Amino acid sequence: MIDWLARNRIVVGVVAIVLVLAAGVFYVVAELRDQADAATRPGQPVATGLTFIDNAGGQNLVSTMDASGNRKPGSLKCLRVYTAGGTTVCLRLSLPGAYEAAVFDSTGKQVRTIQLPGTPSRARVSASGKIVSWTVFVTGDSYLAPGGFSTRTGVLDLRTDTFIESLESFSMTIEGVPDKRQNENYWGVTVADDDNTFYATLGSGDKTWLVKGDLKARSMVTVRQSAECPSLSPDQTRVAYKKRGGKLGSWQLFVLDLASGKETLLPDSDGVDDQAAWLDNSTLAYAKVRDGQATIFESRSDGSGDPRELVVGASSPGPAATVPSGT
Amino acid sequence: MYVASTRRSKAERKASRAGDPALRSRVSTTVVLLGTVSLLTDISSEMVTAFMPVYVLFSLQMTYVQLGLLDGIYTGATALLRLVGGYVADRIRRHKGVAVAGYGLSTVTKLAFIPVGASALGLGGVQTLDRAGKGLRTGPRDALISLVTPTADLGRAFGVHRTMDTIGALLGPLVTFAVLTWLTFRPGPIFMISFVFGLLGVIVLVCFVRQPRLERVPGKVVTVKAIFGLLRNRGMRRTTIAAALLGLATISDAFVFVVLQKTADVPPNWLALMPVGTALTFLLFATPFGRLADRVGRWTVFFAGHVVLLVVYLLLLGPFGGVPLVIVTVALHGLFYAATDGVLMAHGATLVPDHLRAGGLSIVQTGQALARFASSVVFGLLLQNLEFGAAVTIVICALAAALAGVYLLIRPEVSR
Repeated sequence: MIDWLARNRIVVGVVAIVLVLAAGVFYVVAELRDQADAATRPGQPVATGLTFIDNAGGQNLVSTMDASGNRKPGSLKCLRVYTAGGTTVCLRLSLPGAYEAAVFDSTGKQVRTIQLPGTPSRARVSASGKIVSWTVFVTGDSYLAPGGFSTRTGVLDLRTDTFIESLESFSMTIEGVPDKRQNENYWGVTVADDDNTFYATLGSGDKTWLVKGDLKARSMVTVRQSAECPSLSPDQTRVAYKKRGGKLGSWQLFVLDLASGKETLLPDSDGVDDQAAWLDNSTLAYAKVRDGQATIFESRSDGSGDPRELVVGASSPGPAATVPSGT
Repeated sequence: MYVASTRRSKAERKASRAGDPALRSRVSTTVVLLGTVSLLTDISSEMVTAFMPVYVLFSLQMTYVQLGLLDGIYTGATALLRLVGGYVADRIRRHKGVAVAGYGLSTVTKLAFIPVGASALGLGGVQTLDRAGKGLRTGPRDALISLVTPTADLGRAFGVHRTMDTIGALLGPLVTFAVLTWLTFRPGPIFMISFVFGLLGVIVLVCFVRQPRLERVPGKVVTVKAIFGLLRNRGMRRTTIAAALLGLATISDAFVFVVLQKTADVPPNWLALMPVGTALTFLLFATPFGRLADRVGRWTVFFAGHVVLLVVYLLLLGPFGGVPLVIVTVALHGLFYAATDGVLMAHGATLVPDHLRAGGLSIVQTGQALARFASSVVFGLLLQNLEFGAAVTIVICALAAALAGVYLLIRPEVSR
């Protein structure tokens, strides 16, 4: 047997190459068929409606779901998307290894395209649709490999067309002390109704803080420790964020009442890694990986009841909106 | 220098058309086949590297996997396994067998990503196994190249191999981009296509590459002691020390590009293009520089390559700026690789007897790799604590000192 293989190694090699190629093509074609089905598989009804990115469909189409759970795939393709006040921000792949932020107005016209310095992580638009923000992860510039990562958070003000490339240019006060440290990372911005106040996360050393900032004054102060990716409720009274506290230090979602300082844990949110989105004043949506698939869940903001699974194979949840076609 | 080698190549092409067998390509089929294996394997691994950020942040919705976290462990594992791979290959006199194990291990890891899922530890483990495979195979593979090539053509043979290898590294990200753009963002197909490329490489290696027959050298047993005993040879010792010394003053590509982007003041998305520029010049010049090394001396070209690197570092200080600085610096950075990467192995191969070839080459590679890792850690610290200009100045001084030291060390034998 071994001898025969050795004598006929060229033939064996060619046959093996053909078989491997055929098996590979077969697998990929089967996956492509399956993803076409997945894109229209219905989800759970959501009273408020939902926009999201369809991961399972493989095309990353920004899709919508109506109050009865019917899905409608759109034509815009994004890695992160958010729509509010008629403005849509779509973070997407532009070139090999390069990403861009595309901003669309209420007529669906693409008004701005900004090249991003890393891989998309978060995207938000203020309720008025005037302030757009995002966070990307930069690879290749964490200076020391162990524990190193680096984020860039950009803010675009559509009223004045000013673009803040990175929040690192703002002044920072950490627990009352003006900060001069060099290695800060900011991520996960949420902007208030006044289109000036915002919340975000500061990471410095091995600590994180919830920070409150002022866009006009270009300044930030810390609010409390260990709170990441804030999301301000539509009535401006509460902030939802992720905080390490679950099993093995995993993240859980909490809602902080800004007036009373009371923190409420959202049940069964263990292992979440997302910036939650408010669907209305009492409902939050977030994506979490379950069984290897990103899945969108809905949870009541007062922490009552269990989370409800809305769509499997989906990410970037947001309130119902009209999504541009992107063409 | 390059002009001269081009001219020769034209003359040669003419001669080869005229059917003069003496001047026909002297690169053995085995080298081209090993180049093909590397090309396919590099497509496979660079596909995954290019996909990783999207996979982690989008498919797995994770943010906190430190994508660069395990670089240190990778380098450590690779370095040690290089020595192991080289030693075992010499010992059992089956370089091909060890290379198959290394390529095979890296290929199989491509199927482990999906089962591992959203686990930072698991992802790091899979990537470490991939690098372990790379560590195992490098020494035996380079030994194979050198064993099937006449000494006079070593530079060219390694040049051809590195050219093909780099073509694969350039194609990998393009394949990923094409799949993401036209087919799917689902991770399954990406990992499967990567696996298929890797498997094709293994098949080419198993079925088409022949292990050169090595006679057992009577009285010369391959032991760990015998391999390290190579360092008693003055040429070998000096080469290893010199390569390590220069390695200590060589900062990793990522740092070069980050500093270049800031100094040249170009948009950050240029960072994605810089490695492509370096790879392009590397692949275009690896073969001509290898041939040049065969003629004017491999050590001379290796040394000259590091002088080019010194120029690269000087440019990082920003004598001018903008796009021209990026183009010139990236091109010179590619020339540095073309003049040093394969050439060092070609030089090393002349210093080591056949029966200890893989182990001997591994020693040179390991010394260089560990030195480069140390310098990257130190430079990382410098960047964190100093202005870019000051950090770069320190590196320039270090490289200049290393060049001076190496010049004095090697001068007695600036031979090939």
